[in-house]
Amino acid sequence: MSAPMISLQGLSGTTVFDQSPARAKSGGCASSSCGSSAKPHEMDSAVWEKIKDHPCFSEEAHHYFARMHVAVAPACNIQCNYCNRKYDCANESRPGIVSERLTPDQALRKVIGVANEVPQLSVLGIAGPGDACYDWKNTKATFQRVAKEIGDIKLCISTNGLALPDRVAELAEMNVDHVTITINMVDPRIGAKIYPWIFYGNRRYTGVEAATILHERQMSGLEMLTARGILTKINSVMIPGVNDEHLIEVNKWVKERGAFLHNVMPLISDPAHGTHYGLSGQRGPKAMELKALQDRLEGGAKLMRHCRQCRADAVGLLGEDRGQEFTLDRLPDKVTYDASKRETYRAVVARERGDRLAAKSEALGMVKTAGSGKSLLVAVATKGGGRINEHFGHAKEFQVYEASPKGISFVGHRKVEQYCLGGRAEDKSLDGVISTLEGVDIVLCARIGNCPEDRLKEGGIRATEAYGYDYIETAIGALYAAEFGSEPLAATA
Amino acid sequence: MAFKIIASQCTQCGACEFECPSGAIKFKGETYVIDPKKCTECEGTFETQQCASVCPVSKTCVPA
Ligand code: SF4
Ligand code: SF4
Ligand code: SF4
Repeated sequence: MSAPMISLQGLSGTTVFDQSPARAKSGGCASSSCGSSAKPHEMDSAVWEKIKDHPCFSEEAHHYFARMHVAVAPACNIQCNYCNRKYDCANESRPGIVSERLTPDQALRKVIGVANEVPQLSVLGIAGPGDACYDWKNTKATFQRVAKEIGDIKLCISTNGLALPDRVAELAEMNVDHVTITINMVDPRIGAKIYPWIFYGNRRYTGVEAATILHERQMSGLEMLTARGILTKINSVMIPGVNDEHLIEVNKWVKERGAFLHNVMPLISDPAHGTHYGLSGQRGPKAMELKALQDRLEGGAKLMRHCRQCRADAVGLLGEDRGQEFTLDRLPDKVTYDASKRETYRAVVARERGDRLAAKSEALGMVKTAGSGKSLLVAVATKGGGRINEHFGHAKEFQVYEASPKGISFVGHRKVEQYCLGGRAEDKSLDGVISTLEGVDIVLCARIGNCPEDRLKEGGIRATEAYGYDYIETAIGALYAAEFGSEPLAATA
Repeated sequence: MAFKIIASQCTQCGACEFECPSGAIKFKGETYVIDPKKCTECEGTFETQQCASVCPVSKTCVPA
Protein backbone atom coordinates (compact mmCIF):
# COMPACT_ATOMS: atom_id res chain seq x y z
CA MET A 1 0.00 0.00 0.00
CA SER A 2 2.80 2.38 0.84
CA ALA A 3 4.50 4.24 -1.92
CA PRO A 4 8.00 3.04 -2.73
CA MET A 5 10.56 4.34 -0.32
CA ILE A 6 12.70 6.19 -2.83
CA SER A 7 12.96 9.82 -2.03
CA LEU A 8 13.92 12.74 -4.19
CA GLN A 9 16.78 13.29 -1.78
CA GLY A 10 18.34 10.04 -2.84
CA LEU A 11 17.61 10.43 -6.50
CA SER A 12 18.71 13.89 -7.33
CA GLY A 13 22.07 14.08 -5.63
CA THR A 14 21.93 17.84 -5.62
CA THR A 15 23.22 20.22 -3.04
CA VAL A 16 19.81 21.03 -1.72
CA PHE A 17 18.62 17.54 -1.19
CA ASP A 18 21.92 16.24 0.08
CA GLN A 19 21.81 18.66 2.92
CA SER A 20 18.21 18.83 3.78
CA PRO A 21 17.67 15.67 5.83
CA ALA A 22 20.41 16.60 8.20
CA ARG A 23 19.62 20.23 8.71
CA ALA A 24 16.76 21.34 10.83
CA LYS A 25 16.73 24.69 9.12
CA SER A 26 15.92 23.50 5.62
CA GLY A 27 12.19 23.69 5.77
CA GLY A 28 11.46 21.85 2.54
CA CYS A 29 8.14 22.62 1.07
CA ALA A 30 7.25 25.66 3.00
CA SER A 31 7.89 29.14 1.77
CA SER A 32 5.71 30.77 -0.72
CA SER A 33 3.77 28.84 -3.10
CA CYS A 34 0.76 29.93 -4.82
CA GLY A 35 -1.33 27.71 -6.97
CA SER A 36 -4.09 25.59 -8.24
CA SER A 37 -4.90 22.36 -6.52
CA ALA A 38 -6.37 20.97 -9.69
CA LYS A 39 -4.97 17.66 -10.81
CA PRO A 40 -3.73 17.41 -14.35
CA HIS A 41 -6.70 15.42 -15.64
CA GLU A 42 -9.18 18.09 -14.57
CA MET A 43 -7.63 20.80 -16.62
CA ASP A 44 -7.12 21.34 -20.30
CA SER A 45 -3.72 20.22 -21.39
CA ALA A 46 -2.52 23.57 -22.74
CA VAL A 47 -3.09 25.14 -19.34
CA TRP A 48 -1.47 22.22 -17.56
CA GLU A 49 1.61 22.62 -19.76
CA LYS A 50 1.83 26.25 -18.66
CA ILE A 51 1.54 25.62 -14.95
CA LYS A 52 2.99 22.20 -14.38
CA ASP A 53 6.40 23.51 -13.36
CA HIS A 54 5.13 26.60 -11.62
CA PRO A 55 5.12 26.23 -7.84
CA CYS A 56 2.82 29.18 -7.34
CA PHE A 57 0.24 28.38 -9.97
CA SER A 58 0.11 24.64 -9.38
CA GLU A 59 -0.22 23.06 -5.98
CA GLU A 60 1.09 19.81 -7.43
CA ALA A 61 4.18 21.56 -8.82
CA HIS A 62 4.94 23.28 -5.55
CA HIS A 63 6.18 20.02 -4.13
CA TYR A 64 8.93 19.90 -6.74
CA PHE A 65 9.74 23.31 -8.13
CA ALA A 66 11.20 26.47 -6.74
CA ARG A 67 10.80 30.11 -7.45
CA MET A 68 13.05 33.04 -6.89
CA HIS A 69 12.20 36.69 -6.71
CA VAL A 70 14.47 39.58 -7.50
CA ALA A 71 13.69 43.00 -6.12
CA VAL A 72 14.53 45.27 -9.02
CA ALA A 73 11.44 47.51 -9.06
CA PRO A 74 11.17 49.46 -5.81
CA ALA A 75 9.08 52.37 -7.10
CA CYS A 76 5.33 52.18 -6.54
CA ASN A 77 2.37 54.20 -7.74
CA ILE A 78 -0.04 53.57 -4.88
CA GLN A 79 0.01 53.29 -1.11
CA CYS A 80 -1.54 50.33 0.69
CA ASN A 81 -2.35 50.45 4.37
CA TYR A 82 -0.59 47.14 4.93
CA CYS A 83 2.70 48.26 3.43
CA ASN A 84 5.50 50.32 4.84
CA ARG A 85 8.05 50.94 2.19
CA LYS A 86 10.57 52.38 4.57
CA TYR A 87 10.97 49.08 6.29
CA ASP A 88 13.96 47.19 5.05
CA CYS A 89 15.63 44.78 7.37
CA ALA A 90 17.82 41.79 6.65
CA ASN A 91 16.60 39.88 9.70
CA GLU A 92 12.97 40.30 9.00
CA SER A 93 11.15 37.65 7.04
CA ARG A 94 7.76 38.66 5.80
CA PRO A 95 6.13 39.29 2.46
CA GLY A 96 7.14 42.32 0.47
CA ILE A 97 10.23 42.74 2.54
CA VAL A 98 13.53 42.53 0.89
CA SER A 99 17.04 43.15 2.07
CA GLU A 100 18.79 43.52 -1.24
CA ARG A 101 17.67 45.76 -4.05
CA LEU A 102 19.24 44.86 -7.33
CA THR A 103 19.98 46.49 -10.64
CA PRO A 104 19.00 44.40 -13.68
CA ASP A 105 22.64 43.34 -14.15
CA GLN A 106 22.99 42.29 -10.54
CA ALA A 107 19.72 40.42 -10.84
CA LEU A 108 21.02 38.49 -13.82
CA ARG A 109 24.12 37.48 -11.88
CA LYS A 110 21.97 36.31 -9.00
CA VAL A 111 19.54 34.32 -11.15
CA ILE A 112 22.40 32.48 -12.84
CA GLY A 113 24.07 31.84 -9.48
CA VAL A 114 20.85 30.33 -8.14
CA ALA A 115 20.05 28.35 -11.30
CA ASN A 116 23.47 26.70 -11.06
CA GLU A 117 22.94 25.66 -7.43
CA VAL A 118 19.19 25.12 -7.04
CA PRO A 119 18.07 22.63 -9.67
CA GLN A 120 14.42 23.01 -8.65
CA LEU A 121 14.40 26.57 -9.94
CA SER A 122 11.70 27.04 -12.56
CA VAL A 123 10.30 30.53 -12.05
CA LEU A 124 11.68 34.03 -11.80
CA GLY A 125 9.28 36.54 -10.33
CA ILE A 126 9.36 40.28 -9.83
CA ALA A 127 7.11 41.24 -6.96
CA GLY A 128 7.29 43.87 -4.25
CA PRO A 129 8.37 46.03 -2.72
CA GLY A 130 7.28 48.37 -5.46
CA ASP A 131 5.24 47.67 -8.54
CA ALA A 132 6.70 45.72 -11.45
CA CYS A 133 4.42 47.38 -14.01
CA TYR A 134 5.03 50.89 -12.74
CA ASP A 135 8.81 50.50 -12.36
CA TRP A 136 8.76 49.04 -15.85
CA LYS A 137 12.19 49.91 -17.18
CA ASN A 138 13.89 47.82 -14.50
CA THR A 139 11.42 44.96 -14.81
CA LYS A 140 11.76 44.76 -18.56
CA ALA A 141 15.54 44.98 -18.61
CA THR A 142 15.77 42.18 -16.04
CA PHE A 143 13.44 39.85 -17.92
CA GLN A 144 15.16 40.45 -21.23
CA ARG A 145 18.60 39.76 -19.83
CA VAL A 146 17.56 36.60 -17.97
CA ALA A 147 15.51 35.15 -20.84
CA LYS A 148 18.52 35.46 -23.12
CA GLU A 149 20.69 33.34 -20.79
CA ILE A 150 18.18 30.82 -19.42
CA GLY A 151 15.67 30.17 -22.15
CA ASP A 152 13.35 27.83 -20.23
CA ILE A 153 12.84 29.89 -17.09
CA LYS A 154 9.29 31.08 -16.55
CA LEU A 155 8.81 34.77 -15.96
CA CYS A 156 6.09 36.21 -13.80
CA ILE A 157 5.18 39.48 -12.18
CA SER A 158 3.01 40.78 -9.38
CA THR A 159 1.28 44.10 -9.69
CA ASN A 160 -1.30 46.28 -8.02
CA GLY A 161 -2.88 46.68 -11.47
CA LEU A 162 -2.85 50.46 -11.79
CA ALA A 163 -0.24 50.55 -14.57
CA LEU A 164 -1.05 47.08 -15.87
CA PRO A 165 -3.20 47.98 -18.91
CA ASP A 166 -0.25 49.94 -20.34
CA ARG A 167 2.01 46.88 -20.11
CA VAL A 168 -0.06 43.96 -21.30
CA ALA A 169 1.16 44.11 -24.89
CA GLU A 170 4.82 44.09 -23.84
CA LEU A 171 4.22 41.34 -21.28
CA ALA A 172 2.76 39.17 -24.01
CA GLU A 173 5.69 39.96 -26.29
CA MET A 174 8.16 38.88 -23.62
CA ASN A 175 6.33 35.59 -23.05
CA VAL A 176 5.36 36.43 -19.51
CA ASP A 177 2.58 33.95 -19.10
CA HIS A 178 1.82 34.34 -15.41
CA VAL A 179 0.65 37.56 -13.80
CA THR A 180 -0.58 38.17 -10.28
CA ILE A 181 -2.81 41.16 -9.55
CA THR A 182 -3.56 42.14 -5.98
CA ILE A 183 -7.27 42.96 -5.87
CA ASN A 184 -8.73 43.66 -2.44
CA MET A 185 -12.03 45.24 -3.44
CA VAL A 186 -14.50 45.90 -6.21
CA ASP A 187 -16.40 48.51 -4.20
CA PRO A 188 -14.40 51.78 -4.12
CA ARG A 189 -15.94 52.70 -0.76
CA ILE A 190 -14.18 49.69 0.70
CA GLY A 191 -11.12 50.50 -1.38
CA ALA A 192 -10.92 53.91 0.25
CA LYS A 193 -10.32 52.15 3.58
CA ILE A 194 -7.42 50.16 2.16
CA TYR A 195 -5.65 52.67 -0.10
CA PRO A 196 -4.91 56.15 1.20
CA TRP A 197 -3.76 57.36 -2.23
CA ILE A 198 -2.76 56.51 -5.78
CA PHE A 199 -0.56 58.37 -8.25
CA TYR A 200 -2.09 58.35 -11.69
CA GLY A 201 -1.99 60.64 -14.71
CA ASN A 202 0.61 62.84 -13.04
CA ARG A 203 -1.33 63.58 -9.90
CA ARG A 204 -2.22 62.11 -6.58
CA TYR A 205 -5.80 60.98 -5.95
CA THR A 206 -7.27 60.06 -2.57
CA GLY A 207 -10.40 58.50 -1.13
CA VAL A 208 -13.18 56.97 -3.21
CA GLU A 209 -11.94 58.72 -6.33
CA ALA A 210 -8.56 56.99 -6.02
CA ALA A 211 -10.14 53.60 -5.38
CA THR A 212 -12.50 54.00 -8.34
CA ILE A 213 -9.63 54.58 -10.74
CA LEU A 214 -7.66 51.69 -9.28
CA HIS A 215 -10.68 49.39 -9.54
CA GLU A 216 -11.34 50.27 -13.18
CA ARG A 217 -7.71 49.79 -14.14
CA GLN A 218 -7.54 46.44 -12.32
CA MET A 219 -10.61 45.11 -14.10
CA SER A 220 -9.50 46.23 -17.54
CA GLY A 221 -5.99 44.87 -16.96
CA LEU A 222 -7.44 41.49 -16.00
CA GLU A 223 -9.70 41.44 -19.05
CA MET A 224 -6.80 42.29 -21.35
CA LEU A 225 -4.65 39.51 -19.89
CA THR A 226 -7.47 37.00 -20.26
CA ALA A 227 -8.00 38.05 -23.87
CA ARG A 228 -4.36 37.25 -24.58
CA GLY A 229 -4.39 33.91 -22.81
CA ILE A 230 -2.05 35.04 -20.03
CA LEU A 231 -2.83 33.16 -16.83
CA THR A 232 -3.78 35.52 -14.05
CA LYS A 233 -3.81 34.88 -10.35
CA ILE A 234 -5.61 37.29 -8.06
CA ASN A 235 -4.18 37.92 -4.61
CA SER A 236 -6.52 39.36 -2.01
CA VAL A 237 -5.49 40.39 1.45
CA MET A 238 -8.15 39.38 3.97
CA ILE A 239 -8.64 42.27 6.38
CA PRO A 240 -11.16 41.38 9.11
CA GLY A 241 -13.92 43.94 9.40
CA VAL A 242 -12.81 45.75 6.24
CA ASN A 243 -13.06 43.44 3.24
CA ASP A 244 -13.53 39.90 4.58
CA GLU A 245 -17.19 39.53 3.59
CA HIS A 246 -16.60 41.61 0.47
CA LEU A 247 -14.05 39.13 -0.89
CA ILE A 248 -16.94 36.87 -1.88
CA GLU A 249 -18.01 39.61 -4.29
CA VAL A 250 -14.42 40.10 -5.45
CA ASN A 251 -14.19 36.39 -6.17
CA LYS A 252 -17.26 36.58 -8.45
CA TRP A 253 -15.97 39.58 -10.37
CA VAL A 254 -12.56 38.10 -11.04
CA LYS A 255 -13.99 34.74 -12.00
CA GLU A 256 -16.25 36.39 -14.56
CA ARG A 257 -13.22 38.13 -16.04
CA GLY A 258 -11.24 34.95 -16.46
CA ALA A 259 -8.94 34.87 -13.42
CA PHE A 260 -7.28 31.49 -13.22
CA LEU A 261 -6.77 31.39 -9.46
CA HIS A 262 -7.82 33.36 -6.42
CA ASN A 263 -5.43 33.48 -3.51
CA VAL A 264 -6.84 34.89 -0.29
CA MET A 265 -4.02 35.79 2.05
CA PRO A 266 -4.23 36.80 5.69
CA LEU A 267 -3.33 40.39 6.57
CA ILE A 268 -0.06 40.46 8.44
CA SER A 269 -0.16 43.29 10.89
CA ASP A 270 2.32 43.98 13.62
CA PRO A 271 2.96 47.42 15.15
CA ALA A 272 6.68 46.77 14.80
CA HIS A 273 6.33 46.78 11.01
CA GLY A 274 5.19 50.39 11.08
CA THR A 275 2.38 49.96 8.55
CA HIS A 276 -0.82 51.96 8.90
CA TYR A 277 -2.73 48.82 9.87
CA GLY A 278 0.02 47.74 12.24
CA LEU A 279 -0.07 51.09 14.02
CA SER A 280 -3.84 51.45 14.08
CA GLY A 281 -4.33 48.05 15.67
CA GLN A 282 -6.10 46.42 12.72
CA ARG A 283 -5.83 42.69 13.37
CA GLY A 284 -5.17 39.91 10.87
CA PRO A 285 -7.42 36.84 10.56
CA LYS A 286 -6.84 33.58 12.44
CA ALA A 287 -6.06 30.41 10.49
CA MET A 288 -9.57 29.01 11.00
CA GLU A 289 -11.19 32.31 9.93
CA LEU A 290 -9.16 32.26 6.74
CA LYS A 291 -10.13 28.66 6.06
CA ALA A 292 -13.80 29.42 6.72
CA LEU A 293 -13.75 32.22 4.17
CA GLN A 294 -11.89 30.08 1.64
CA ASP A 295 -14.46 27.32 2.13
CA ARG A 296 -17.27 29.78 1.39
CA LEU A 297 -15.48 30.80 -1.79
CA GLU A 298 -15.31 27.25 -3.15
CA GLY A 299 -17.25 27.10 -6.39
CA GLY A 300 -16.21 30.58 -7.49
CA ALA A 301 -12.81 31.24 -9.01
CA LYS A 302 -10.44 28.42 -8.18
CA LEU A 303 -8.72 28.96 -4.87
CA MET A 304 -5.09 28.80 -4.15
CA ARG A 305 -4.41 27.31 -0.77
CA HIS A 306 -0.68 26.81 -0.73
CA CYS A 307 0.58 30.42 -0.75
CA ARG A 308 3.32 31.04 1.79
CA GLN A 309 3.45 34.81 1.41
CA CYS A 310 7.11 34.74 0.69
CA ARG A 311 9.57 37.53 1.04
CA ALA A 312 10.07 39.49 -2.13
CA ASP A 313 13.57 38.07 -2.45
CA ALA A 314 12.81 34.50 -1.46
CA VAL A 315 14.69 31.67 -3.13
CA GLY A 316 13.81 28.01 -3.05
CA LEU A 317 10.87 25.69 -2.66
CA LEU A 318 7.75 27.32 -1.29
CA GLY A 319 8.07 27.39 2.47
CA GLU A 320 11.79 27.52 2.26
CA ASP A 321 13.84 30.65 1.94
CA ARG A 322 17.43 30.25 0.90
CA GLY A 323 17.73 33.90 -0.08
CA GLN A 324 20.47 34.50 2.47
CA GLU A 325 22.72 31.98 0.72
CA PHE A 326 22.63 33.94 -2.50
CA THR A 327 23.25 37.54 -1.54
CA LEU A 328 25.42 39.43 -4.01
CA ASP A 329 28.51 39.32 -1.83
CA ARG A 330 28.38 35.53 -1.86
CA LEU A 331 28.20 35.28 -5.62
CA PRO A 332 31.26 35.27 -7.83
CA ASP A 333 31.72 38.40 -9.94
CA LYS A 334 31.42 36.41 -13.13
CA VAL A 335 28.95 33.57 -13.39
CA THR A 336 28.20 31.35 -16.34
CA TYR A 337 25.00 29.41 -16.61
CA ASP A 338 25.38 25.66 -16.36
CA ALA A 339 22.20 23.82 -17.28
CA SER A 340 23.24 20.33 -16.18
CA LYS A 341 21.78 20.22 -12.67
CA ARG A 342 18.44 21.62 -13.70
CA GLU A 343 18.17 19.14 -16.56
CA THR A 344 18.99 16.12 -14.40
CA TYR A 345 16.52 17.23 -11.78
CA ARG A 346 13.71 17.63 -14.28
CA ALA A 347 14.19 14.07 -15.50
CA VAL A 348 14.00 12.78 -11.92
CA VAL A 349 10.85 14.76 -11.21
CA ALA A 350 9.14 13.48 -14.34
CA ARG A 351 9.51 9.91 -13.03
CA GLU A 352 8.67 10.64 -9.40
CA ARG A 353 5.67 12.71 -10.35
CA GLY A 354 4.03 9.90 -12.36
CA ASP A 355 4.59 7.58 -9.43
CA ARG A 356 3.01 9.99 -7.00
CA LEU A 357 -0.01 10.55 -9.21
CA ALA A 358 -0.68 6.82 -9.28
CA ALA A 359 -0.33 6.65 -5.49
CA LYS A 360 -2.71 9.57 -5.20
CA SER A 361 -5.51 8.02 -7.20
CA GLU A 362 -5.13 4.79 -5.26
CA ALA A 363 -5.45 6.78 -2.04
CA LEU A 364 -8.54 8.50 -3.35
CA GLY A 365 -10.09 5.12 -3.96
CA MET A 366 -9.49 4.19 -0.31
CA VAL A 367 -11.27 7.31 0.91
CA LYS A 368 -14.24 6.72 -1.36
CA THR A 369 -14.63 3.04 -0.48
CA ALA A 370 -14.51 3.83 3.22
CA GLY A 371 -18.04 5.06 2.59
CA SER A 372 -18.06 7.47 5.50
CA GLY A 373 -19.62 10.92 5.44
CA LYS A 374 -17.08 12.28 7.88
CA SER A 375 -14.14 14.53 7.22
CA LEU A 376 -10.69 14.49 8.72
CA LEU A 377 -8.26 17.41 9.03
CA VAL A 378 -4.67 16.22 8.80
CA ALA A 379 -1.47 18.25 9.33
CA VAL A 380 1.64 16.99 7.57
CA ALA A 381 5.32 17.72 8.19
CA THR A 382 7.12 17.68 4.86
CA LYS A 383 10.15 19.13 3.22
CA GLY A 384 9.16 18.52 -0.36
CA GLY A 385 8.60 15.80 -2.93
CA GLY A 386 5.05 15.25 -1.71
CA ARG A 387 6.14 13.01 1.15
CA ILE A 388 5.92 12.95 4.91
CA ASN A 389 9.62 13.43 5.43
CA GLU A 390 10.11 16.05 8.15
CA HIS A 391 10.56 15.59 11.89
CA PHE A 392 7.86 17.12 14.04
CA GLY A 393 10.35 19.20 15.97
CA HIS A 394 12.02 20.52 12.83
CA ALA A 395 8.89 21.60 11.01
CA LYS A 396 8.57 25.31 10.39
CA GLU A 397 5.15 24.78 8.93
CA PHE A 398 2.57 22.07 8.51
CA GLN A 399 0.63 21.41 5.33
CA VAL A 400 -3.00 20.82 6.13
CA TYR A 401 -5.16 18.42 4.14
CA GLU A 402 -8.80 17.58 4.41
CA ALA A 403 -10.04 14.08 3.64
CA SER A 404 -13.74 13.77 3.07
CA PRO A 405 -16.13 11.88 0.80
CA LYS A 406 -15.22 14.47 -1.84
CA GLY A 407 -11.59 13.34 -1.83
CA ILE A 408 -8.31 14.52 -0.38
CA SER A 409 -7.59 18.19 -0.78
CA PHE A 410 -4.94 20.57 0.32
CA VAL A 411 -6.45 23.32 2.44
CA GLY A 412 -3.45 25.37 3.48
CA HIS A 413 -0.33 25.51 5.52
CA ARG A 414 0.20 26.76 9.01
CA LYS A 415 3.46 28.31 10.06
CA VAL A 416 4.83 27.41 13.44
CA GLU A 417 7.83 28.29 15.48
CA GLN A 418 10.19 25.34 15.33
CA TYR A 419 9.65 23.32 18.44
CA CYS A 420 13.08 21.83 18.43
CA LEU A 421 15.76 24.46 17.95
CA GLY A 422 19.32 23.17 17.76
CA GLY A 423 18.38 19.89 19.43
CA ARG A 424 16.77 21.53 22.46
CA ALA A 425 13.05 21.16 22.73
CA GLU A 426 11.30 24.39 23.64
CA ASP A 427 8.26 24.01 25.84
CA LYS A 428 6.83 27.43 25.14
CA SER A 429 6.90 27.00 21.39
CA LEU A 430 5.09 23.68 21.75
CA ASP A 431 2.13 25.57 23.20
CA GLY A 432 2.29 27.81 20.15
CA VAL A 433 2.34 24.81 17.83
CA ILE A 434 -0.68 23.32 19.57
CA SER A 435 -2.71 26.50 19.24
CA THR A 436 -1.68 26.92 15.60
CA LEU A 437 -2.93 23.42 14.90
CA GLU A 438 -6.40 24.25 16.22
CA GLY A 439 -9.04 22.13 14.52
CA VAL A 440 -6.56 19.53 13.23
CA ASP A 441 -7.40 15.90 14.05
CA ILE A 442 -4.07 14.27 13.50
CA VAL A 443 -0.46 15.20 12.73
CA LEU A 444 1.68 13.07 10.41
CA CYS A 445 5.44 13.37 10.57
CA ALA A 446 8.61 11.39 9.91
CA ARG A 447 9.49 11.28 13.58
CA ILE A 448 8.20 12.59 16.89
CA GLY A 449 9.37 12.18 20.47
CA ASN A 450 7.19 10.76 23.24
CA CYS A 451 7.06 13.99 25.16
CA PRO A 452 5.67 16.25 22.42
CA GLU A 453 3.35 13.46 21.37
CA ASP A 454 1.87 13.30 24.88
CA ARG A 455 1.60 17.05 25.13
CA LEU A 456 -0.20 17.21 21.80
CA LYS A 457 -2.58 14.53 23.01
CA GLU A 458 -3.41 16.64 26.07
CA GLY A 459 -4.21 19.43 23.61
CA GLY A 460 -6.59 17.12 21.77
CA ILE A 461 -4.35 16.42 18.78
CA ARG A 462 -3.04 13.00 17.88
CA ALA A 463 0.33 12.59 16.17
CA THR A 464 1.95 9.62 14.50
CA GLU A 465 5.15 8.72 12.69
CA ALA A 466 3.59 5.49 11.38
CA TYR A 467 3.42 6.85 7.85
CA GLY A 468 6.89 8.40 7.74
CA TYR A 469 8.30 8.77 4.18
CA ASP A 470 5.06 7.74 2.51
CA TYR A 471 3.42 9.94 -0.07
CA ILE A 472 1.12 12.38 1.67
CA GLU A 473 -2.02 11.18 -0.08
CA THR A 474 -1.18 7.51 0.45
CA ALA A 475 -0.89 8.10 4.17
CA ILE A 476 -4.07 10.12 4.39
CA GLY A 477 -5.99 7.54 2.38
CA ALA A 478 -4.82 4.75 4.68
CA LEU A 479 -5.53 6.84 7.74
CA TYR A 480 -9.03 7.73 6.60
CA ALA A 481 -9.82 4.11 5.83
CA ALA A 482 -8.49 3.13 9.25
CA GLU A 483 -10.54 5.78 11.04
CA PHE A 484 -13.82 5.50 9.24
CA GLY A 485 -13.70 2.36 7.11
CA SER A 486 -14.84 -1.06 8.16
CA GLU A 487 -11.31 -2.39 8.49
CA PRO A 488 -9.66 -2.17 11.89
CA LEU A 489 -7.14 0.56 12.60
CA ALA A 490 -4.02 -0.37 10.68
CA ALA A 491 -1.37 1.67 12.36
CA THR A 492 -1.07 4.17 15.11
CA ALA A 493 2.10 5.35 16.69
CA MET B 1 12.71 78.15 -6.41
CA ALA B 2 13.36 74.48 -5.99
CA PHE B 3 12.41 71.35 -4.08
CA LYS B 4 14.71 69.21 -1.98
CA ILE B 5 14.66 65.66 -0.59
CA ILE B 6 15.05 64.99 3.12
CA ALA B 7 17.65 62.25 2.78
CA SER B 8 17.03 60.64 6.16
CA GLN B 9 13.44 59.82 5.21
CA CYS B 10 13.99 58.72 1.61
CA THR B 11 13.40 55.01 0.89
CA GLN B 12 15.45 55.18 -2.32
CA CYS B 13 12.57 53.87 -4.36
CA GLY B 14 13.41 56.11 -7.30
CA ALA B 15 9.84 56.98 -8.22
CA CYS B 16 10.52 60.71 -8.04
CA GLU B 17 13.45 60.36 -10.42
CA PHE B 18 11.42 59.02 -13.27
CA GLU B 19 8.46 61.32 -12.68
CA CYS B 20 10.49 64.53 -12.62
CA PRO B 21 9.83 66.41 -15.86
CA SER B 22 13.05 68.41 -15.53
CA GLY B 23 15.53 65.60 -15.03
CA ALA B 24 16.52 67.29 -11.78
CA ILE B 25 16.67 64.17 -9.58
CA LYS B 26 19.66 61.81 -9.51
CA PHE B 27 20.91 59.07 -7.25
CA LYS B 28 24.05 60.38 -5.58
CA GLY B 29 26.02 58.27 -3.16
CA GLU B 30 23.45 56.99 -0.71
CA THR B 31 20.30 58.81 -1.69
CA TYR B 32 18.36 60.77 -4.26
CA VAL B 33 19.06 64.48 -4.53
CA ILE B 34 17.43 67.33 -6.42
CA ASP B 35 19.61 69.64 -8.44
CA PRO B 36 18.25 73.09 -7.48
CA LYS B 37 19.49 74.55 -10.75
CA LYS B 38 17.33 72.18 -12.78
CA CYS B 39 14.20 71.97 -10.58
CA THR B 40 11.34 74.11 -11.88
CA GLU B 41 8.88 73.05 -9.14
CA CYS B 42 7.07 71.55 -12.12
CA GLU B 43 5.71 74.95 -13.00
CA GLY B 44 4.07 75.14 -16.36
CA THR B 45 4.19 71.35 -16.74
CA PHE B 46 2.03 69.89 -13.98
CA GLU B 47 -0.38 71.19 -11.38
CA THR B 48 1.48 69.59 -8.50
CA GLN B 49 5.11 68.83 -7.86
CA GLN B 50 5.57 65.32 -9.23
CA CYS B 51 8.22 64.26 -6.74
CA ALA B 52 6.06 65.18 -3.76
CA SER B 53 2.96 63.56 -5.30
CA VAL B 54 4.54 60.17 -5.92
CA CYS B 55 6.78 59.97 -2.86
CA PRO B 56 5.58 57.31 -0.38
CA VAL B 57 6.91 59.17 2.63
CA SER B 58 5.13 62.36 3.58
CA LYS B 59 7.17 65.57 3.94
CA THR B 60 10.17 64.08 2.20
CA CYS B 61 10.07 66.09 -1.05
CA VAL B 62 9.62 69.64 0.25
CA PRO B 63 10.36 73.23 -0.77
CA ALA B 64 14.03 73.96 -0.28
S1 SF4 C 1 1.41 47.99 -4.19
FE1 SF4 C 1 2.96 46.82 -3.09
S2 SF4 C 1 4.71 48.22 -2.82
FE2 SF4 C 1 2.96 49.45 -3.44
S3 SF4 C 1 2.15 50.15 -1.50
FE3 SF4 C 1 1.00 48.31 -2.04
S4 SF4 C 1 2.07 46.60 -1.05
FE4 SF4 C 1 3.45 48.42 -1.02
S1 SF4 D 1 9.41 69.78 -8.05
FE1 SF4 D 1 9.12 68.96 -10.10
S2 SF4 D 1 10.91 69.69 -11.22
FE2 SF4 D 1 11.41 69.93 -9.07
S3 SF4 D 1 12.43 68.03 -8.54
FE3 SF4 D 1 10.28 67.72 -8.03
S4 SF4 D 1 9.47 66.75 -9.87
FE4 SF4 D 1 11.42 67.66 -10.48
S1 SF4 E 1 10.04 59.15 -4.17
FE1 SF4 E 1 10.54 59.80 -2.09
S2 SF4 E 1 11.26 57.91 -1.13
FE2 SF4 E 1 11.27 57.53 -3.33
S3 SF4 E 1 13.37 58.06 -3.94
FE3 SF4 E 1 12.14 59.89 -4.22
S4 SF4 E 1 12.37 61.01 -2.30
FE4 SF4 E 1 13.07 58.96 -1.92
